[in-house]
Amino acid sequence: MSREDVLVTTQWAEENLDTPGVVFAEVDEDTTAYDAGHIRGAVKFDWRNDLQDGVRRDFVSKEGFEKLLSEKGISNDDLVVLYGGNNNWFAAYAYWYFKLYGHENVKLLDGGRKKWELDGRELNSDEVKRDRTDYQAQDQDLSLRAFRDEVVQSIGSKNFVDVRSPDEFSGKLLAPAHLPQEQSQVPGHIPGALNVPWAKVANEDGTFKTEEEIKELYKDEGIDEGKGTIAYCRIGERSSIAWFALHELLGYEDVKNYDGSWTEYGSLVGVPVELGAK
Amino acid sequence: MAVDDSCGAPVQEATPADYDTRGQVVLAGKVTGANGPVGGAFVRLLDGGGDFTGEVVSSAEGDFRFYAAPGEWTVRALHRSGNGEASVTAEGPGLHQLAISVG
Repeated sequence: MSREDVLVTTQWAEENLDTPGVVFAEVDEDTTAYDAGHIRGAVKFDWRNDLQDGVRRDFVSKEGFEKLLSEKGISNDDLVVLYGGNNNWFAAYAYWYFKLYGHENVKLLDGGRKKWELDGRELNSDEVKRDRTDYQAQDQDLSLRAFRDEVVQSIGSKNFVDVRSPDEFSGKLLAPAHLPQEQSQVPGHIPGALNVPWAKVANEDGTFKTEEEIKELYKDEGIDEGKGTIAYCRIGERSSIAWFALHELLGYEDVKNYDGSWTEYGSLVGVPVELGAK
Repeated sequence: MAVDDSCGAPVQEATPADYDTRGQVVLAGKVTGANGPVGGAFVRLLDGGGDFTGEVVSSAEGDFRFYAAPGEWTVRALHRSGNGEASVTAEGPGLHQLAISVG
């Protein structure tokens, strides 16, 4: 797998806005950004309303995913280019969903909306309407997704990559620094986890560092390439960036995203928790 | 919206001087350029070691706000018109104000 197989540059994107079979999709938690201006022709995914289960803490079902993509006018053989705000957090999370449901032809816009804006490229607010399709999803590929029991059982035998900030990892903060700190779960991290904040794999403009730099980073942090890896953060989307870097860019095979992440693990009764910096 | 189920940065707003920090360390301020406030700048919070901690997008009036911990912090703003940064040492809870010019 090479970088070109999983990422497109903003330059490539701009040159392929009208290419048949290429669908751009913006994924955001706060879709007011899309409504105010988006890449021309891009469809909108509302991370909360479109991609999450409305009741349970889980994401959209296979049937729900099929309905959503059909309504958005996306076909099984389209190349879907995902991008979004927040350094592509939700776009990377959506990329992971697409892979889970078997859509192979999906790429991330390197740097996301941020790089597009920093480049000064055009955004418009035209309504985007695509003809309905009959999208067929696969069953979830659970080799990409970790659940809590596997997480607890894997302590000591798999790499854990905690991508939260050092202060969240050590237990000093419960949430990223741009959010208020009122939380219910206990602070800390999964014993033995490496703390490799997600931003370490990215440049300040939001693009991914080179594969060589990322490989070096994880090696320096102590990842054991002979073992499987589980990435987590607080709710699973920052860790989608790490999952993308490890599984898609570096091509490591056994890498799972634990979408329950700290809001689940830090609320479990009786599981081991470690405090303090690494 | 419950804070618990989100990791995205909230929409930014101005932080008045008498803002109730509820015991937290709050770093807040404004991004300005040659023609006044700069909205839509990517405002990044870096810790004492220069490592990234969080990022928000400045409001139309250039406002940003972070909830941090005591320590040394640098806030760096990126915008298509240019970049800029400012640093602050937060000794403890309360409001710590910063002004950043870009361009």
